[in-house]
Amino acid sequence: MKDREAACLSGQWFDVEGGADMAERNSGLSVPPSVRGVDRNLDTSSHAAAIDVRNMNFYYGEHQVLFDISLMVPERSVTALIGPSGCGKSTFLRTLNRMNDLVEGTKCTGECLVEGQNIMDPAVDVVLLRKHVGMVFQKSTPFPKSIFDNVAYGPRVAGEKNRSVLADLVESCLRKAALWEEVRDRLHTSAMALSGGQQQRLCIARTLATNPRIILMDEPASALDPASTDRIENLIGELCANYTIVIVTHNMQQASRVSHQTAFFFKGHLVECGPTMQIFTSPSEKQTEDYITGRFG
Amino acid sequence: MSVAAGSQIASPEISFSSGGDSTIRRRLLLSLIFKWVCRLMTYGALAVLAVLLTSIVWNSLGRLSPGFLVNHYSMNPARCGILAGVWGTFWLVLLTACFSIPIGVGSAVYLEELARDNVIVRVIKVNLSNLAGVPSIVYGILGLTAFRPMTLFLQELFDGRHAINVMGLFRVRLLQLEIFDGNVLVGAMTMSLVVLPTVIIASQEALRAVPSSIRIASLALGATRWQTIWRQVIPAALPGISTGVILSISRAMGEAAPLMMIGVLTVASMCPGGIESPLQLITNPTRVLSVPFDQFTAMPVEIYDWSKQPDPQDRFTAVAASGIVVLLVVLLLINATAMIIRAKTARGLKW
Repeated sequence: MKDREAACLSGQWFDVEGGADMAERNSGLSVPPSVRGVDRNLDTSSHAAAIDVRNMNFYYGEHQVLFDISLMVPERSVTALIGPSGCGKSTFLRTLNRMNDLVEGTKCTGECLVEGQNIMDPAVDVVLLRKHVGMVFQKSTPFPKSIFDNVAYGPRVAGEKNRSVLADLVESCLRKAALWEEVRDRLHTSAMALSGGQQQRLCIARTLATNPRIILMDEPASALDPASTDRIENLIGELCANYTIVIVTHNMQQASRVSHQTAFFFKGHLVECGPTMQIFTSPSEKQTEDYITGRFG
Repeated sequence: MSVAAGSQIASPEISFSSGGDSTIRRRLLLSLIFKWVCRLMTYGALAVLAVLLTSIVWNSLGRLSPGFLVNHYSMNPARCGILAGVWGTFWLVLLTACFSIPIGVGSAVYLEELARDNVIVRVIKVNLSNLAGVPSIVYGILGLTAFRPMTLFLQELFDGRHAINVMGLFRVRLLQLEIFDGNVLVGAMTMSLVVLPTVIIASQEALRAVPSSIRIASLALGATRWQTIWRQVIPAALPGISTGVILSISRAMGEAAPLMMIGVLTVASMCPGGIESPLQLITNPTRVLSVPFDQFTAMPVEIYDWSKQPDPQDRFTAVAASGIVVLLVVLLLINATAMIIRAKTARGLKW
């Protein structure tokens, strides 16, 4: 941990866990240090699969946007989805809690096992699914209510009425989202008055309040300033000990900093998926390497 | 040398003063003329309105008094009052609101939030604005043909039977219900038809103004569609809905044509249910139950009647003018309420 911080301070731009020699060995590709809490050398092969997607195809009307995607997400780890705009990574993310159901004329084939159950099954209750698979959006979307009511919304719609239970839950979720110290004195003021970064952390706290197993994040920091982005990334590092996180990001350095596993999407195909260190240092596909080195995208 | 050359190039080639170029002067002149034409139109319309209002207020002077509000109709213009019209309009608008708000807001929620986008829904959406443009007299004819048979049925049901036996155990004495033709209920149902399209359209606009991110965020937190609508969408749309609803219902106050069609009284010397002051609502609340089935008149109907009242000295003109002033004041009060509600509830709803 110490030397990782030292590397950050000295501005060295190579991987610390893997060692400088590894970065040099691999055709000059370099990887920034990971955030605290994300051990990129973590062996996730022993982890059970939180999400197991098999041969998924997705269509908007006649237009196919995802082609035969198969991807395994190990539990209690961070999986980053990267790729150029319009490659289908956000669509893929939204199939994982069936948010695409809200768009008319979509069709999805294949299997998507979440905690062992195929969520494509028509018998699956999307309301229960979304309680277990939370989602954080690119644009923070606080409800025009108080901070307290925002966080308590999920438990309340699930039927929790006890005020003291709600109060405890709101505090613990705000603490987990690293927002408690900033808002503890104004829990009952409007959430719309918070800054952009605070709003996004509020949205994360709100998602945590439904007690999900999996958190999907759709470019959670792309609308934020660098300092707020930093806080969100550190938050992901803290949360991944207890939650399975799937994050879509445009920012490749962010993907390399926060994830254990990286999946590269291109034109609706999953080109490559593997441990983050491997994807960023020695990708097996030429397209991945071109994208990572900035030759396109 | 180089500085001098630079300034020499700049001054004749580019000039920001509008003196030299003739095209720009013509364009600016045209722009100025256009502005003044628009200004003239606006002030012209305002001037006509001012003349109308002043003449009405002028005519009402000397006749409009507190007594005008508490007196019944009289053949004597000096003693004639608008009391029956005020109460008639009050009950009419109240019942119209009871019918049109749930139906209107419910339809808007269905059309905007729940209905799948198919041909029927699209046809309904397009035709709502057509319905809003239908002349109110047409709704009057509809009310006459559709709702009057209901009155006849009720008349038959209640005729001479003021008590019913409940399962042979005890007798319940019903109110002395007399069902009249052209009663408040039929009037309110007809008026609901008149205002429903505008209530629905106003509510739809308000619902559409709620950002969809709110709905998506709510659904992503495991809320059902109903919870999302009830806890997020409707509260956020409430300022818009309430203003729209109040404004469209205030339209019902000014309508005379559909009421004339269903045959309300033009000359009334009694109020619905016999309630003539707010105090009687407390002292004799059971009378309210007979209000819907009672005859009534409304302010615009009375005004219309006064304005065509034959009088050698033309003294009913002042009565009609006073009626118009009362009607306008009530309308302004309602619109002001709508504005206050909007300002109060819209606080903290900035996206």
